[in-house]
Amino acid sequence: MLKVKDLHAEINGKEILKGLNLEVRPGEVHAIMGPNGSGKSTLSMVLAGNPAYEVTGGSVEFYGKNLLEMLPETRSHEGLFLGFQYPVEIPGVSMMNFMRAAVNAKRKYFGEGPMSAAEFLKLMREKRSIVELDNKLASRSVNEGFSGGEKKRNEIFQMAVLEPRLSILDETDSGLDIDALRIVAEGVNKLKTENNATIVITHYQRLLDYIKPDVVHILYKGRIVKTAGPELALELEERGYDWIKRELGEE
Amino acid sequence: MTDNALRQYIELFEKNREEIDSNSAPAINVRRKSALEGLLHTRLPKKGSENYEIIDLPEILGHDYGVNINRIPLPVSPADSFRCGIPRIATALFFMINDSFAETSESRKPLPEGVEICSLRAKALEDPDLVGRYYGMLADDNNPLVSLSGLLAQDGLWIRVSKGVKVENPVQIVNISGGADNMLTPMRIVVVMEEGAEMRLLMCDHTSHGSNDLLSLRTLEVFALAGSHLDLYGMEESGETSRRLSTLWLRQEAESHVVIDGMTIYNGVTRNEYHCRFAGNDAELRLYGMGIADADRLIDVYSRVDHDCDRCLTDELFKFSLDDRARCAFTGLVKVAEGAVKNEAYQSNRNLVGSDEARMFSKPQLEIYNDDVKCSHGSATGQLDSMQLFYMRTRGIDESEARMLLKQAFMADVIDKVRIPGLKERLSHIVERRFAGEMAGCHDCACDCG
Repeated sequence: MLKVKDLHAEINGKEILKGLNLEVRPGEVHAIMGPNGSGKSTLSMVLAGNPAYEVTGGSVEFYGKNLLEMLPETRSHEGLFLGFQYPVEIPGVSMMNFMRAAVNAKRKYFGEGPMSAAEFLKLMREKRSIVELDNKLASRSVNEGFSGGEKKRNEIFQMAVLEPRLSILDETDSGLDIDALRIVAEGVNKLKTENNATIVITHYQRLLDYIKPDVVHILYKGRIVKTAGPELALELEERGYDWIKRELGEE
Repeated sequence: MTDNALRQYIELFEKNREEIDSNSAPAINVRRKSALEGLLHTRLPKKGSENYEIIDLPEILGHDYGVNINRIPLPVSPADSFRCGIPRIATALFFMINDSFAETSESRKPLPEGVEICSLRAKALEDPDLVGRYYGMLADDNNPLVSLSGLLAQDGLWIRVSKGVKVENPVQIVNISGGADNMLTPMRIVVVMEEGAEMRLLMCDHTSHGSNDLLSLRTLEVFALAGSHLDLYGMEESGETSRRLSTLWLRQEAESHVVIDGMTIYNGVTRNEYHCRFAGNDAELRLYGMGIADADRLIDVYSRVDHDCDRCLTDELFKFSLDDRARCAFTGLVKVAEGAVKNEAYQSNRNLVGSDEARMFSKPQLEIYNDDVKCSHGSATGQLDSMQLFYMRTRGIDESEARMLLKQAFMADVIDKVRIPGLKERLSHIVERRFAGEMAGCHDCACDCG
């Protein structure tokens, strides 16, 4: 589904990704871990198409198509979803209008007309229940006045509505208490099928107790330096990142 | 020493004084002398001078405008046929065609006891003493826009709500400008809210199709007597070639509550001045406005609020959205006089600039001659937030739609200030369509005047 080859990317002239390789297949859950500043968030931003980042080399294929040539909105229509580490507040745009615009944009992309009001409300109700998102939040502006936990649940709610083929969850666990973490993780697990895939970007092993990865990668200085099974996450939790540095002969 | 641009109007006045007077009313004519004196000593401010950053008065008034002195009726379809796109907000609906109050089936219906909404001229003929007590008493003839309208105006609008009368349903006045090309329409409006009176008023300004280079020169005098409540919403949806020079003069007595909300949705060149003064204690003014400008449009807002009394409140917010080569200006002054204690004044101007060539000029000012006040003022001008845009795009919303939603969101707090049920929703819709570029001219606007 996703093939990243020798990806180089920079922001404000500073190279962050320095030849990253990654392959994800349908049905898989990948965890990407790594110390601060290793390029985890940059990878998610580049895959989602943030224009502030410049790709300077390499290729990304998504279901055989060149992902890097697509606009961010096209990537979304094609089935890529980014759950933000810091979900953006948009005062003055109601959750309802925001979601309606998103749903109808996707339908338009696939040549369908806008969804009827009744159908849309039903969809919202159904998907809200997955992450136990309060109905009251629907009438508020996007993420405005949401607690940290509500913002993250709102991300998973949007993911549930858009039904992506590949979800990248960027530090979805940060700022969550244990209950919110459980709700978010359960939401992700409920949405898992054999046809979609998830990349979980995280600092800590904790989230991986709830979302079981098939593959764990360590991202360090802009490259994937180690790939293994779920046991790698446990090892990291125990030993920290320093042994990776030693293994790479840096210290 | 008279300004060149003004000389043509003075000559026009001197040549046609008899016709001007005879088609008006003595209580209006009596003010022309002071208007003429004002004009004779006026030098029009040049573009770029203090408080005139973007509007070029000598250029605008230098056009060879005609004035409909002989009151030839405007050949637009009869007011009865206008359909208003603002869904019935349970209003009494009145029409004005240029400066003339239009007789329609609606206007002939009896108004509630104690409410007068009619032609200024008709009222001045009927009750010259009453009109004389108010007409020309607030507007300053040293302001060229006032003196020029005072010199040439023959008619306009008179609104009075008697003491203690509360008008439950909002009142809507639709003004259609039109006629031959190169017309200047001077108009005077007097609103008198007597003690304890209450009214919500919506004034929509439109231009009929096919009219070019129309200059609307308008002076409003608003008297809010003690304990009265007035909401005055003004909405301009005119055309690219419309020019509007409007001054509003407000005097608020004790414990009066006034909302003034000036919205420029679609225009050509607009200058709106607001001159507000508290003449009694414990009064409140909410002064709001928005402007949406693209292409080569100009929107210029000047406001001045004088706090001369105790415990008064001003809440002021103006927002502008600019694109293409548009230019907007906000000049706001709140002045708290010496000895005027416990006043509160909050002034804010925020602007969204969507292109490299658009320009915003902002000058928020506070002058305080007193220690016992709570005041703040601020101005912020910026672009759309790139992370908000990106966030929306990752949800599949394309860039132009995301921009539109964000611009609309930017105006949301001004729209939320509207206190006429139904109008808020309609305004949201109008603003949405405006940003979507779906409204070319005024065919989508509140009235179908094509």
